[in-house]
Amino acid sequence: MTRRLVDVAVLTGRNFIHIGREPLRLSDVTIQPILFTLLFVYVFGAGISVPGGSYADFAIAGLLALNLTTSAIGTAVGLSADLGSGVIDRLRTLPIWRPSVLVGRSLTDLLTAALCTAFVAGTGVLVGWRPDASAASVIAGFAVFLLFSYGLSWVCACLGLVSKDPESAQGLGLVILFPLAFVSNALVPTTHMPAVLRTIANWNPVSAVTAAARDLFGNPNPSAAIHAWPMQHPVTASVLWSVVLLVLFAPLASRLYRRRTTD
Amino acid sequence: MTPPIIEAADLAKRFGPTVAVDGISLEVPAGAVLGVLGPNGAGKTTMVRILTTLTIPDLGWARVAGHDVVRDPQSVQRSIGVTAQAATVDEVLTGRQNLVMIGRLSGLRRAAARARAVELLDEFELGDAADRVVGGYSGGMRRRLDLAAGLVTRPPVLFLDEPTTGLDPTSRLRMWTVIRGLLRDGVTVLLTTQYLDEADQLADRIVVIDHGRVIAGGTSEELKAEVGGARLQVTLSRADAAARDALSPFVSGPIRVSEDGLRLDAAVESLSGLATTVVRALDESRVTVDDVEVRRPSLDDVFFALTGHAAEEGAVPEEVAA
Repeated sequence: MTRRLVDVAVLTGRNFIHIGREPLRLSDVTIQPILFTLLFVYVFGAGISVPGGSYADFAIAGLLALNLTTSAIGTAVGLSADLGSGVIDRLRTLPIWRPSVLVGRSLTDLLTAALCTAFVAGTGVLVGWRPDASAASVIAGFAVFLLFSYGLSWVCACLGLVSKDPESAQGLGLVILFPLAFVSNALVPTTHMPAVLRTIANWNPVSAVTAAARDLFGNPNPSAAIHAWPMQHPVTASVLWSVVLLVLFAPLASRLYRRRTTD
Repeated sequence: MTPPIIEAADLAKRFGPTVAVDGISLEVPAGAVLGVLGPNGAGKTTMVRILTTLTIPDLGWARVAGHDVVRDPQSVQRSIGVTAQAATVDEVLTGRQNLVMIGRLSGLRRAAARARAVELLDEFELGDAADRVVGGYSGGMRRRLDLAAGLVTRPPVLFLDEPTTGLDPTSRLRMWTVIRGLLRDGVTVLLTTQYLDEADQLADRIVVIDHGRVIAGGTSEELKAEVGGARLQVTLSRADAAARDALSPFVSGPIRVSEDGLRLDAAVESLSGLATTVVRALDESRVTVDDVEVRRPSLDDVFFALTGHAAEEGAVPEEVAA
């Protein structure tokens, strides 16, 4: 067991050396969140009115959802880049715990997701976002996001494992994650969406997570008026979604990795 | 007798329609160096990948250090060091970081992994480049680091897959020196190469493989003997038709004469005293000679005789510095 932890820690450390060498690779969890937060609050916020509070109060949970969802592509790209290099062959001739490559990757991305969360929240406070709940409740809101983010990174690991190279991983990730992030209650209330999109949005895990965070932050949550079950029980729904993603995609990623690295 | 430390029987592997390995069996006794010689695409790398647990064979079995490569890969992995044909070090890490990482993943504690990295960096003359990113290393440096990476845990069995392919002649000689140094430590080595002189220089025994099969095996001397006698080469000062007649009693088979008539070349049977006799005969025919050479067939000749094609197709050494 200790050996497994060491393997995971060493490989996670390797990913961080990579990040340290090219800090710009972190732009999607540092610069992009700041940029998106400013753009959405000042550009969109000017035209959207939210019942029961300011657009900033409404938007921050949504921006967390948007940034964490789209930056999950990084898992797919990073894993795919590793698979294309000779390093994987070297690792495979070492007596290590096989899934440690995947676990190390997912932990790296959990930590960068935490960084992303800090940047969005920090920028949010600067533009007027104010949570209206106890500290514990606000922290629980962040935790809901990170749990979801961790589940999603295993989905992205699978995308990386089925992609030929980092470019196609990026493309595939974009096609799946952008609709996931946008067809949701994250950036605009869903009430005026066409019926089909509205139904999808109400059952989208991103909506559940966003609604849960809005509740936990004490921010306006227009979705509370929607009768769909996940919108009525957003915290339960988002934890369930995250667990389902983990239970389905972590073993799948392990199997895909095994297949991809066996010849 | 001690059992062989690497043994393989009837290994076969196909990728789709391509048969990469087609029934290879071999044995390497502990402490020996086996050279596996073959052209590009002969199946050398696939064979090494099977023996190093990276590829699962379709048929046959193999044991390394007493462990089955398919059923007990982790035990095999604990006994082997691998230097693959493609660089397997992390380009973004420094040389030192690579070696420490491999040490840690091989079960060394942090301090031990660091100390071993320093030792290896010195041994492989990479001390000055230790803290530079591998992406900036020359081809030769990268290969040495890759070799060092395979030696972190001082494994008793080493697999070197074409360790000098793509290196310039200087880096190649340096790599040979490094490899010879390892051999003194008594490790067992399986070395693949498409360079005949490399197998000749480093290996105790050689197997020649082509199209996924072993087509010959033995010491370098035995292989050369298999092809038959020596070759006689005479270089004249001036072209002279009398030279051919003077040589004909000593040779077996036809005499090849170069276009300018200065060089004659033929197979000969016996070696003893031949050069002297030939010079005397030419002298008696008043032919002036610049050079007489009797040479044993090279492994190139061996390969040509065995396969009907040259060994080093398209394998022009080049520097791969980034």
